[in-house]
Amino acid sequence: MTAPRLAIEELSCGYPGHTVGRDLTFGVAAGEVLCVLGRNGEGKSTLFKTILGLLPPLAGRVRVDGEPTAGWSPRRRAMMFGYVPQSGAGGFPFTVREIVLMGRIAHRGPFSAPSRADHAAAEWALDGLGIARLAGRDWPRLSGGERQLALIARALAQEPRTLVLDEPTASLDFGNQLRVLDAVRGLARTRGLGVLLSTHHPEQAFACADRVAILAEGRLLRLGPPADTITAETLRACYSVDVAVVPLGSDRYRVCVPRAHLG
Amino acid sequence: MAVAISVGPLRIAPADLVRWLIAQTGGRPGPLAAPAETAILQIRLPRVLAAVAVGAALSASGAVYQSLFRNPLVSPDILGVSSGAAFGAVVGIFLSLPVVGIEAMSFAGGLAAVLVAYAVAAAIRGRDTVLVLVLAGVVIGALFGAGIGLLKYLADPYNQLPAITFWLLGSLAAVNLGDLASLLPAVAIGVVPLALLRWQIDVMTLGEEEASALGLDTRRLRIVVVAAATLMTSAAVAASGVIGWIGLVVPHLARLVVGPAFARLLPVSILFGAGFLLVVDTLARTIGNIELPLGVLTAALGTPVFLWLLAFSRRPAWS
Repeated sequence: MTAPRLAIEELSCGYPGHTVGRDLTFGVAAGEVLCVLGRNGEGKSTLFKTILGLLPPLAGRVRVDGEPTAGWSPRRRAMMFGYVPQSGAGGFPFTVREIVLMGRIAHRGPFSAPSRADHAAAEWALDGLGIARLAGRDWPRLSGGERQLALIARALAQEPRTLVLDEPTASLDFGNQLRVLDAVRGLARTRGLGVLLSTHHPEQAFACADRVAILAEGRLLRLGPPADTITAETLRACYSVDVAVVPLGSDRYRVCVPRAHLG
Repeated sequence: MAVAISVGPLRIAPADLVRWLIAQTGGRPGPLAAPAETAILQIRLPRVLAAVAVGAALSASGAVYQSLFRNPLVSPDILGVSSGAAFGAVVGIFLSLPVVGIEAMSFAGGLAAVLVAYAVAAAIRGRDTVLVLVLAGVVIGALFGAGIGLLKYLADPYNQLPAITFWLLGSLAAVNLGDLASLLPAVAIGVVPLALLRWQIDVMTLGEEEASALGLDTRRLRIVVVAAATLMTSAAVAASGVIGWIGLVVPHLARLVVGPAFARLLPVSILFGAGFLLVVDTLARTIGNIELPLGVLTAALGTPVFLWLLAFSRRPAWS
């Protein structure tokens, strides 16, 4: 593998007096999907916010193409990272088009109205995710899945080089979960975006990730391809549950089944 | 505005007003009788302009604060500016300062309240900055409110107390040309940055973290917005006393009509606010034999309008 575009080095994150992630080191290459697993409160969101520069690191550093990001302006960060928060876009009744256009704010002067290019980027992002029909809808009237897709469209309109998605499938129905994961994987393949996402479903990591990082007790328990990292043993260490990881058809896909139900 | 200038204890026929206007701008048609001209220049015109400026200032500040603090129930006095300005004015009245002094005290009080709230929020780090700022503003506003209470208790009940009470109810009756000289520039200086930053203000409604992730320097933007709104509100309160309701409800009303995008919300709020206060002030000085307090009329007229819009608007106001 080439040198990772995004490198997280010995990073500790959390809040003063309360460290949640310690000494984390991993990288995300262009076109790669890296999935972070860990139980609730393990610090996945905190880790992402620290990488994005929304929280200061307690120790360690984040590099992009070898350059430390400490001291980067919010604008420069926004050109590098597209962030899809767990829930976002506030409470005012902006239309989806207006929300997606907000992804372009870093691309223009502080006083400028959206240009033709900004509008084109927003339409392209909406089309790319197949949600152009939502463009005129008011935000408060969207379902959870539609919001998630619109937030991803906003991050795409931002034209970043890395996407960071915090539990993008958390509030979605089964169909939308698959659609979002497909979209994410497709973006990494076709546009060479590095993708960092977190999820609560190990099976989703099999479906979309090139590599998996498992966090346990604030440290990196495992890092590697899904088949090597997601095992009965690591899931027990991570979630304190007893499951079997069973191949399904090809070896690429596996399902996690509670042992109690296997008979 | 022409109607507002015509009506009052001394009626001026609209046709006369037009003729006088033409004369003023260099055309020929006739001058007005001297008392009418004095009434227009010294009393009516300043008052009408002040109503427009104060209405615009309060609703523009309210609109931007509702966007910045992501809450449609926020009004310009959320950071304590009204209480601070009112306290300043009450101190001025208590010390029997001249009108100019009272207004200067009021202006300084408004700025001081927000500065203190901001300093407190800056000192308390590591928590939700906006929440700390709002809480600090509310607490400091309450403290200034207590100060007002103390001064009312201590004030001379025959001279000072009525003046204080009258001032706290809000009125444009005492506005003169000198007040406009400070009010109009302050409002103009406050509106410009808000108009320029309209797109970034939209993004601020998403909240600190999202706005920052989208590339905004949220700290700097917040300072600019708070400074602009504080300048406008302090100037308005210094000129007119405490006029509630407009800053809270007019932006909300505007949002129901044109939606939340600040590029439309700001001009429409300004238009509604200016028009509304002009109508209310004109009614306040014409419908009764005595002047009605503005604060009373704004609420009495605005509430039914607002409820009607809330019930029948097809836009969702908030989720």
